[in-house]
Amino acid sequence: MRKIIRRIKWLEKARLGAFVKILENRMAILGIIILLAFAFSAVFADFISPYDPLHIDLEKMLEKPSTKHILGTDELGRDILSRIIYGTRISLMIGVISVIIGLLFGVPLGAVAGYCGGKIDNIFMGITDVLLSFPSLLLAIAIVAVLGTSLVNAMIAIGISQIPVFARLVRGSVLSLKGREFVEAAKGVGATNFRIIFSHILPNCLAPIIVQSTLLIASGIIAGAGLGFLGLGAQPPTPEWGAMLSRGRIYIRVAPHICFFPGLTIMLAVLGFNLLGDVLRDVLDPRLRMLKARI
Amino acid sequence: MLAYLVRRLLRIIPTLFGILLIVFLMIRLVPGDPARIMAGEQATAEDVENLRRQLGLDKPIHTQFLIYLASLLQGDLGISLRTRQPVMSEILTRFPATLELSVAGMFVSILIGVPAGVISAVRRYSISDNIAMLIALFGLCTPAFWLGLMLILLFSVTLGWLPAAERGGIEHLILPAITVGMVSTAIITRQTRSSMLEVITQDYITTARAKGNPEKVVILKHALKNALIPVVTIAGLQFGTLLGGAILTETVFAWPGIGRLLVDSIFARDYPVVQGVVLFFSLSFVLVNLFVDILYAYLDPRIVYD
Amino acid sequence: MTEPLLSIRNLKVHFYTYAGIVKALDGVDLDVYREETSGLVGETGCGKSVTSLSILRLVPNPGKIVEGKILFQGENLLEKSEEEMREIRGRKIAMIFQDPMTYLNPVLTIGDQVAEAITLHQDLSEEVIRMRIDELQKKHEQIYSSPNAEKIRAKIEKLYLTKKASPKLSWWDVKKASMKRALQVLNLVRMPYPERILNLYPHELSGGMRQRALIAMSISCNPSLLIADEATTFLDVTIQAQILHLLNELRQETKTSMLIVTHDLGIVAEMCDRVLTMYAGVIIECAKTRSLFKNPAHPYTRGLLGAIPKLHQKVEKLEMIPGTVPDLIHPPAGCKFHPRCLLAKDICKVERPGMIEVESNHFVACHLYGA
Repeated sequence: MRKIIRRIKWLEKARLGAFVKILENRMAILGIIILLAFAFSAVFADFISPYDPLHIDLEKMLEKPSTKHILGTDELGRDILSRIIYGTRISLMIGVISVIIGLLFGVPLGAVAGYCGGKIDNIFMGITDVLLSFPSLLLAIAIVAVLGTSLVNAMIAIGISQIPVFARLVRGSVLSLKGREFVEAAKGVGATNFRIIFSHILPNCLAPIIVQSTLLIASGIIAGAGLGFLGLGAQPPTPEWGAMLSRGRIYIRVAPHICFFPGLTIMLAVLGFNLLGDVLRDVLDPRLRMLKARI
Repeated sequence: MLAYLVRRLLRIIPTLFGILLIVFLMIRLVPGDPARIMAGEQATAEDVENLRRQLGLDKPIHTQFLIYLASLLQGDLGISLRTRQPVMSEILTRFPATLELSVAGMFVSILIGVPAGVISAVRRYSISDNIAMLIALFGLCTPAFWLGLMLILLFSVTLGWLPAAERGGIEHLILPAITVGMVSTAIITRQTRSSMLEVITQDYITTARAKGNPEKVVILKHALKNALIPVVTIAGLQFGTLLGGAILTETVFAWPGIGRLLVDSIFARDYPVVQGVVLFFSLSFVLVNLFVDILYAYLDPRIVYD
Repeated sequence: MTEPLLSIRNLKVHFYTYAGIVKALDGVDLDVYREETSGLVGETGCGKSVTSLSILRLVPNPGKIVEGKILFQGENLLEKSEEEMREIRGRKIAMIFQDPMTYLNPVLTIGDQVAEAITLHQDLSEEVIRMRIDELQKKHEQIYSSPNAEKIRAKIEKLYLTKKASPKLSWWDVKKASMKRALQVLNLVRMPYPERILNLYPHELSGGMRQRALIAMSISCNPSLLIADEATTFLDVTIQAQILHLLNELRQETKTSMLIVTHDLGIVAEMCDRVLTMYAGVIIECAKTRSLFKNPAHPYTRGLLGAIPKLHQKVEKLEMIPGTVPDLIHPPAGCKFHPRCLLAKDICKVERPGMIEVESNHFVACHLYGA
C-alpha cells in the first residue's frame, strides 16, 4: 500500500516538473505578446491614440478613468492613455539606441582587448573597470549633468553606461574562443587580425550578446524612466513615462491614476524584454554548443 | 591571504586614479563655458571671470588637476555655489542618511533574498518556489520610484500606517528601505536559488548525507557555504544599484541624503557639489567591492591561490 | 553457513525521467558475509553504484526504490525511518566514494570533514575527560611542590571518578576531542603529516591524499560494513596500488566487511573473497573469487575475463563482447544479455533465468545450465 502511494506521489512530481516547463514557455509567449503590443503602439501611435497627447484642456484636468478617457487625464487635462502610447516611442527609443551605443563601442573594445591581450587588454579593461566603478544610474546622471538635460543626452548617457557591460562580456567570450582551431586555421590562411576578430570570432559570440542586449534594453528603459522622473531626460511637454510619474506626484492623493498607469506601463515594458531575454537565453544557450564555427 | 590583500589593494590604484580623473573632467567637459553656466544668467562678465579664477578654471589643465588632487588630499572638495558652504560639509551632513538608506536596503535584500532563494531551491517546483520566482520576476521589473509612490499610496495615504517622507524613527525607514531594496532582493533571490540548485547536485553533498548528517545540516553547513560564494559577488554589485536607486528613492521620500543633494545641485548648476557627490558615491562603491572581494577570499579558500 | 551481514533481495529501483522509466535495478539479490570482502563487478551503467547508494537509501532524484528488501544485521533498511537511517549512515554502514576531488567539500577543512562523522555518531565524553586530565597533569608536573599542587591533584581524582557519568560538553570540547580522534584516524590511513592536513583544504592535497581522507571519513566510526564505490577509479595506477594496499591492511586489521564495487577485475582478484557480476540491473553470477576466475559460468563473465589482455599468452585479438549495453527504459525480454550472447537459445528470449548452483557456492543466472 505504501509503495503504491509513494509511486503516485512520485509521478505527480514528475508531471509537475513538466508543467513548469510549459509554464516557462507561457511566460515566453506573454513576453512576446507584450513586446508586440508595445512595438505596435510605438509604430502606429498616430492611429490608435484616442487623443492628441499634447492637447491641453484645463477643464478636464485630473479626471478619473472613464469611458471618455480610459486611463483618465493628467494635471493639464491631457489624456493619459494617449500620452502613454506616444511615450512608448520615447522609451523604446531610449532602450534601443542606448544599447546600440553600448554595442557600437563596447563590442570592439572588448573584442580587441580579449584578442590582443597584454598591454592593450590591461588598458582597455582599466577603462572598463573605471566606468564600472560608478553605479550605472549615477554615471548616466553625471553625464546628463555635464551634457545638459535632454532626451538625446539621456540616450547617450545610458548608452555610455552600458559600454563596459558589453566590453566585459565580449572580452570573456573572445578569450575563451581565442584558442580554438578555427582561429588557427584562419591565421594559417593569412587572414588579418581584424578579419579574424570580426568575421570569425564575433559571430560565435552572438548568443550572449543577443541575450545581454535584450536585457539591457529593459534596464535602459528603466534608467530612461528614472532620468525622466528626476527631470533629467526628455523635457516637458514630451510624454515620457518617468516624467509623467514625476509630475503626478503632487496629485497622488487626489488623482493617483496619473502615477499609477505610466508606472505600470514601465513595468510591463521591462517585463516584456526580460521575459524575451530569458527565453532567448534558454533557446540560444544549448544551441550555442552546437553552433558550428563559421570558417 | 596577506599577499592576496596587498595585490587586491594595488589593483585599485589605477581605478581610483581613473575615477578621480573622470570626476575632475566633469566640470571641464560641460559644453560651452562652464564658468558662465555656473555663474548663471544674471551674472556680469566680471562675475564670470571672478568665478573662473575662484574655481581655478583659468589655469592650464594639468595644473588644475594637480591642484585638484592636492585639495582632495586635504579633504577640500570646493565650495558650493548655492550655499557658499564647503562641499565636504554639505556632503558629510547628508551622507549618513544615504548610508542608512542603502544599508537598510542591503539588509532587506539579503535577509529576504537569501532564505527565499534557499527555500526555493530546496523545494524546487513547489508552490512556494513558483510564487517566490514570480515575485522576484516582478520585483526585477518594477521601477523603484513607482514602487515607492505606490507604497506611499497604500501605506500612507490610504491606510495611514506609515509616514511618507523625511527621515526619523524606524517607521520612516521601512517604506524607503523596501523601495530601494526591491530590485536587489529579486536578484539575490534568483541568484541564491540557482546557486543552491547547482551546489545541491554536487557529489560532496552526497558524502555529507552518507555520513548521517540531518538534512538541515547538509543544506546549511555544506551547501550554503558553497552556494553563497557567487551570491556575495552579486550582492556587492547590487550595492551599486542600491546607491543609484537611493538617488531616486530619496527624491520620492524626501529623504535628506546626498542623492537629493545631487539632483538639486544639478538643476542649480552647482557643479562643485555635483562633482563631490559623484566622487563620494563611486568611492563608496569601490570600497564595498573591495570588502566583497575580501569576504569572497574568506568564503572560498581556493581563490587565494590566484 | 553463517547469516550474511547484508542481504539484498529482489531490489528494484526505477528512475522516472521525461524520456521514460529507467529500470536501473530489476530484482537484485546480493549477500555480504561478516569479515568477508565481496566484489560487485560490471560495466558502466549496469547499476552497481545505484545498488550501493540504495543500501544507504541515498538514491538521487528522480530515482526511487520501488520493491525489495535490504536486510542489514537482520533488519530491513527499507522500512526504517529517515532518522534511523541517519544513525546507520556513517556509523554502521559507511561508503568510500570514487572521485576524491568532487566528493570532498571544497570550503571545509579536511579535519572538519573527517571529524564530522565522529562528532555525529560518537560519544566523546570519555575523550574530553581524558583530555582534561592530561591538561591538569601537565600543569601538576610544572608546579609540583607549590601549594596549588594539592588542589590540582584533587581535581584529577574527581575527574577520574566522574569518568562514568557524562559531563556537560561545550562546543569547544567536542571540537578538540573530535579533532584528536580525526588525527588518530588519519594516522590509521597512513596520511603523511596528519597534523598539518587537518587544517588544509581539499584542493591543497594530492589525489592520493584526498582519497585517504575519504577513506578516513568512512572508517572513522568503525562501521560494520564498508562500501567502496569505485574507490580507485580516478587515481593514477601507482596511487591506486597504494590505496588498495591500504584497504587490504585495514580490512585485515579491523575485520570490517567490505563491498567493493568496481569494473576492474584486477582489483577484484586482489581484494575480494567473493564476486558478483552484474549486468543491466540484475546479478548474473555469484561465486568465490577463485571459482569465478577459474570457471566463469556466465557468457558475459567469460567475455569480461576474455577481454583482459594477458601477458603470459600470445593472443592475436582481444576477445570482445559484441553489441552495447541495453536500453534500460525498454530492456530486452527474458534474459537481459540474450541480444549479445553468442550462445543464446530460444528460451533466453522469453524467460528470465533464475540463479542455479553450478558448483559448490557458485551460482549463475543462465539457461545454459540446469534443467
